[in-house]
Amino acid sequence: MTEVKISLVGYGVVGHGVVEVLERKRQLMREIGLDLTLVSVTDHTGTYLAPDGVVAKDILDHRTLEGVANSDMAAREVFGSIDCDLVVEVTPTNIVHGQPGLGHMVDALSMGKHVVTSNKGPLVVDYRRLKDLARKNDVALKFEATVGGTMPLISLIERTLVGNTILGIRGIFNGTCNYILTRMVEEKYPYNHALTEAQELGYAEADPSYDVEGVDTAGKVAILANSIFDMDVKYGDVEVTGITGITPEALILAHKRGYAVKLIGEVPALTVKPMLVPLGSPLAVGSTLNAAAIYTDLSGTITVTGLGAGRIETASAILSDIVSIYRGNHVDILRS
Amino acid sequence: MRLSMDLEMQDKPGQLLMALEPLREQKGNIISVLHHRDKKTPRGTIPVRVILEMDRSRLEAVKEQLQANGIIVVRAGEDRFLEEITVLLVGHVLDRDLGDTVHQIDSTGFAEVVDLSLSMPGIDEPSSAYLRIRATGKDEIQKAMSILRQVGVQKDLLVIEPIEADEP
Repeated sequence: MTEVKISLVGYGVVGHGVVEVLERKRQLMREIGLDLTLVSVTDHTGTYLAPDGVVAKDILDHRTLEGVANSDMAAREVFGSIDCDLVVEVTPTNIVHGQPGLGHMVDALSMGKHVVTSNKGPLVVDYRRLKDLARKNDVALKFEATVGGTMPLISLIERTLVGNTILGIRGIFNGTCNYILTRMVEEKYPYNHALTEAQELGYAEADPSYDVEGVDTAGKVAILANSIFDMDVKYGDVEVTGITGITPEALILAHKRGYAVKLIGEVPALTVKPMLVPLGSPLAVGSTLNAAAIYTDLSGTITVTGLGAGRIETASAILSDIVSIYRGNHVDILRS
Repeated sequence: MRLSMDLEMQDKPGQLLMALEPLREQKGNIISVLHHRDKKTPRGTIPVRVILEMDRSRLEAVKEQLQANGIIVVRAGEDRFLEEITVLLVGHVLDRDLGDTVHQIDSTGFAEVVDLSLSMPGIDEPSSAYLRIRATGKDEIQKAMSILRQVGVQKDLLVIEPIEADEP
């Protein structure tokens, strides 16, 4: 049995999902030889320490740790003072300066902790530095949850498609935009109406510009470019057009001719723009779904689709990253 | 000589026969008939592409007979335009001189706008145009697209390109 002590930083929607999933899957993990114990949770109000393991019901009903925190240590102090092997970083994304996640990741990696994250900001702002830090300290940096949520993309390419040369990736990486575009065709809603509906259903933020202007998708494109294509790009290197200029009439005109309009991010082209997708294409998914087509030299085109966001779905991608670290990344167990 | 024709016909029984009859009369040897029921035009007509071996001198007679039979002849002649692309333009498409936008493609000599539908929800509101462009080859399609992208920037139009045109 491999024992893994986990510190969680960030206790928002995804953080709650991680606490819940770690408890729900504890037994299953033990059956595959992993004893995962959540030993601390930190947010902007304080830290909840539980050396023997967090009991989910003790904190899950609290929106923040205010009131349940039993320590005022910040994340960095937690990593330095308690025994933990792996840090799950799920603080809110900032695509401009990457903080506070960037600081947390630098600290954790420098102290020799593995890092698993759903936070795009630090990876967009300073991917190279983080990757180098991980290599130098011989630990892993995993971020499947940053692109396409629960939809397997990075691990699919790194593991299952290993041996293929990846020629390009095109995909729908923002469920909010996809929902709005889908509703504009289905209900002939103008853009603003579809956006309001998405906000009422909780699919879009009060300030939706991050999603609808293509910023979020551009961040994911930058992460894929850096991680899969070994490029060194930032958000500003991506050419971005959002969906705010699209009208229901345009969508209906396209639909009559057999096309859907989707906000497509593409690497290594580094573009985000609305494109015509044939209705029969596996990329033409509706509602809040994400989809990605991976163009390879040996396997042809492979398309995956799945939920791009959600509390439990994102936590599931994080759990799968945790497991992958302990399964090992190298082909070092082949015997002659 | 091998020729191709793009026809459009009404969606009612017997139309295909009306289209093929003139070809038989002019001793055309039909190589293929592609009947695109699934690609109905906004006019409600069904596009059909016919490829045949026939003496070119008979082409005018065939066209006249087809038209007399109520068949629309979109294009007839040598198969010059081999590649096709569809594009959506969104914005003040009409106000920003749609004629000029089309002319910029047509005047290249290697590409041509072969179909155009417009949607205009109201004055002052952005309109949309669906364009089908044919060109002599893949490179020429890309050249036509870069012209359209420039036009989009100049006229502040959103140019929505098809995903299958330029696969990685």
